[in-house]
Amino acid sequence: MTIRRKAFIAGAYEHPGRELPDRSIAQIHAEVALGALADAGLTLADVDSYFTGGDAPGLGGLAMADYLGLSVRYMDSSDMGGSVYLSHVGHAAAAIATGKCSVALITLGGRPRTTALRAPGQLMGAPPEAAFEPVFGMNVSAVYALAAARHIHEYGTTSEQLAEIKVAASSHAQHNERALLRKVVTVEDVVNSPMVSSPLHRLDCCVVTDGGGALVLVNEDIAKSLDRHCIAVLGHGEAIEHTKGGWQDVTVTGGVRSGRDAFEEAGVSRSDIDYVGLYDSFTITVLLALEDLGFCDKGEGGKFVLGGTLQAPFGKLPFNTDGGSLCNNHPANRGGMTKMIEAVRQLRGEAHAAVQVPDCEIALAHGTGGWLSTRMGNATVILGREDV
Amino acid sequence: MTTGAGLPAPIPEVQPETAAFWEATSRGVLLVQRCTACSTSVWYPRFLCSNCHSDELEQVEASGRGTVYSFTLTTRGILEYKDCGPYVLALVELEEGPKMLTNIVECDPETLAIGQPVQVVFHDTGAGSALPRFRPAV
Repeated sequence: MTIRRKAFIAGAYEHPGRELPDRSIAQIHAEVALGALADAGLTLADVDSYFTGGDAPGLGGLAMADYLGLSVRYMDSSDMGGSVYLSHVGHAAAAIATGKCSVALITLGGRPRTTALRAPGQLMGAPPEAAFEPVFGMNVSAVYALAAARHIHEYGTTSEQLAEIKVAASSHAQHNERALLRKVVTVEDVVNSPMVSSPLHRLDCCVVTDGGGALVLVNEDIAKSLDRHCIAVLGHGEAIEHTKGGWQDVTVTGGVRSGRDAFEEAGVSRSDIDYVGLYDSFTITVLLALEDLGFCDKGEGGKFVLGGTLQAPFGKLPFNTDGGSLCNNHPANRGGMTKMIEAVRQLRGEAHAAVQVPDCEIALAHGTGGWLSTRMGNATVILGREDV
Repeated sequence: MTTGAGLPAPIPEVQPETAAFWEATSRGVLLVQRCTACSTSVWYPRFLCSNCHSDELEQVEASGRGTVYSFTLTTRGILEYKDCGPYVLALVELEEGPKMLTNIVECDPETLAIGQPVQVVFHDTGAGSALPRFRPAV
């Protein structure tokens, strides 16, 4: 039993906004839902299954199903942080493969740029670790910094190597008129920017943006009936990684397992991948993903990214051609959705001409939600260009 | 520069399963759970062993010694830490094995190093508990 080529991405839409003080979160979800459905040539009336994460207001997507007027026979509002929309792609594909539904809508929306941040991990009441982490001043950039510092210690990775990741993202963002940060930066710019949580500088961090995005998945029959170029879901994997009771290795993510499962299901190898969308909450998040997904050996990520490896269109492994979360957009503090959307653009040949990967046939999108060093949700999706 | 002197000491929310731990901190004692079935020491305190899932955990008085596994000088505190200035957040590997998230205090962050030996200190929250933080071992 596999989801391979059982479900197709018919619609993908990124909200054009980056600062949306005049919209409710529900309205953002609705706008991206309409955008993705219009892209597919479908309407809300066609949707029979709904997927959303912890960013949706109300109880597990119920409020949004009501607000959108959806007729839902399959529902998934599981959450594991910003990677969950990649997880939802896998779940939706599985539901489509087993006939539980035929048109799946996945939405993301939020306004962290114009509303105050909540405490990490406090989305639904105090979690069990609450008395042992926030009391010491745990914050998001700091726990990513702990992973970066340990990686530097164990493998000799440098701040300049991490900076190469931002440089590549910024070289792509210059072509995206909607990117929050379009300025091309140098390694020097990154390492000379103010230290946020050592060893991570301000430019090692992603942007904070309002906004959202949505995807529509359909079964093969509907994909055939649509005019739009549909993208096949070839494989998916997900894994939760956590502290293991205090025995974690902070240089390793759940990408080891989510990547392994996704490659196995897709039946492709690392060398088949033409484009990667890698969750880039921080530069270190990308570096660990490259290693854990098997694009280079553990500890070699710093060397791997040198020499323009990640730069489109001609780098060895072009990544995040929209500018990623590092420069373009990280709506609702959740970067998984936009990794999927740009991967779909690449496979459709609809990325910006300056960064379109020639003959882009197979793409991988990967998410790291939650927090490095403590607990994270990883999800990997592999997509194929071939239409039905 | 020495950091950590004026750090806030937020009151932890005590649960039935963590009451013994926090009570001990008020006496300057760091308890670490040890599984009697698989001998794994577990951090943070909880109802069952995260390694073998046995609920036969015993409270062991930790030595209070450990080493810095990783650390960051962070400028981005939130909540109680919003206005306290830069501070060191660290993972300390306890002598008993597990790593705990904590702060390194009474140290110069510029010379602090991964692998450095550290010793527990307790900062009173004023509510019958104390936060176990660490300072460089002398």
